Amino acid sequence: MQTIIEAIAQAIQLILTLDPVVVEIAGRTLLVTSIALSISMVVGVPAGAWLAVARVPGKKLFTAFIYTGMGMPPVVAGLAVYLLLSRAGPLGDLGWLFTIRAMVVAQVIIATPLVVGVTMSAVLAVEPALFFQLRALGATRLQARLAVLYEARVGVIVGLVAGFGSIISEVGAVMLVGGNIDGSTRVLTTAIVLETRKGNFDLALALGIILLGLSFMANLGMALGQGRLQHL
Amino acid sequence: MTAVFSVQNARKTYNRRTVLDVPELTIHAGEVFTLVGPSGAGKSTLLRLLALLETPSTGTVRYHAPAGPVTHDSATIEDRRQLAMVFQRPALLSRSVYHNVAYGLRVRGSRNGHQRITTALERVAMQPLAGQNPQQLSGGEMQRVAVARALVLEPRVLLLDEPTANLDPTNVRIIEDLITEQNRDFGTTIVLVTHNIFQARRLATRVALLIEGRIVENSPTEVFFDDPTDPRTRAFVSGDLIY
Repeated sequence: MQTIIEAIAQAIQLILTLDPVVVEIAGRTLLVTSIALSISMVVGVPAGAWLAVARVPGKKLFTAFIYTGMGMPPVVAGLAVYLLLSRAGPLGDLGWLFTIRAMVVAQVIIATPLVVGVTMSAVLAVEPALFFQLRALGATRLQARLAVLYEARVGVIVGLVAGFGSIISEVGAVMLVGGNIDGSTRVLTTAIVLETRKGNFDLALALGIILLGLSFMANLGMALGQGRLQHL
Repeated sequence: MTAVFSVQNARKTYNRRTVLDVPELTIHAGEVFTLVGPSGAGKSTLLRLLALLETPSTGTVRYHAPAGPVTHDSATIEDRRQLAMVFQRPALLSRSVYHNVAYGLRVRGSRNGHQRITTALERVAMQPLAGQNPQQLSGGEMQRVAVARALVLEPRVLLLDEPTANLDPTNVRIIEDLITEQNRDFGTTIVLVTHNIFQARRLATRVALLIEGRIVENSPTEVFFDDPTDPRTRAFVSGDLIY
């Protein structure tokens, strides 16, 4: 109990004094997560919408892959990226291992199946006749598809929230491919692991509270946006 | 009489089951052409083919646009925009009533449609509810919005799939009056699907009876009801079960 109280006090102190190390780590965490989530959104939302309506051979197999990806252990994604980017790997020449780029790649692989899968389910839940009704009112195929996607907007945001939650709290993959290098690839989750190993439980807990706070603020923002969209 | 639609040897097959088989059908400009028949007879399928939403499995369905006849595959978006269809279930966008009625104009790039939207809402007596979300509307109100968003487009042809199914008499009356008015005052060709033979008698200039995907009677309204050629039509208008 003593540790928890001290941790909360330290977290407040670190935030109020804008501790430069904490600010740097928190900033990097948000940077990596937001870049990865943006890429997952750009790729995952159209892919999920397309998968919901496409009639192509192998669709069920591809859907099964997506669902598997939704439950994939992040450390497995990290291992795959590690092997790809390691010096002997096929993409080793890029020199991305132990950089923020490698962390972004790993997080994109973790978040994208979630965004695709939830977007697909949200689009499938829209009234099936709506697409044809909009076409019958003179919409082009693209216009009708976009309108259907807009109808699924609440579900799409849930997919983004799920993707965000899966990567901001993830530690195994970013530890493997980022290396937890001080001043370079250290993020909140890897810093928490490090401080715990060093026995600095109060600092680790303080970083954990900051991580939870950041996650809450981001999710609150998305929830407020979701509510606004719902009432348009 | 100018043909608006011509159907030749059109068949529609789903999973090897033929649901529609129409050797010949012509619908003329200015008609209120009504398709009646039991459930599953292929009425809605024929309507979707006429609306160029689907292609026949074999044969042709042509829409005679002012610039010339087109099919599902050859129709341009401008050709398609001369048609508007209202579905049996009013699939509305989860946005305001006003936005729903504005949708067809917006996809056409029209930015000055406020007066037209207001007029369309007034015609269906929905102007006071323009700001409401469809979730807050009754079934009849939703169907009136669905009709308004087709009327606002001032289509050359209006295709209606059971627009008054499951509605109370007041809403039925409002929608039937609109159909009559649209045909009489604006010359809009109407193709109406209904299972209600009384409605067909009230609205139609010509009635066709579809049974198991085939048109067994296609006559002017008076002939259809008073002197039909097919015994199944006689049974159908008498209220006998024909399926």
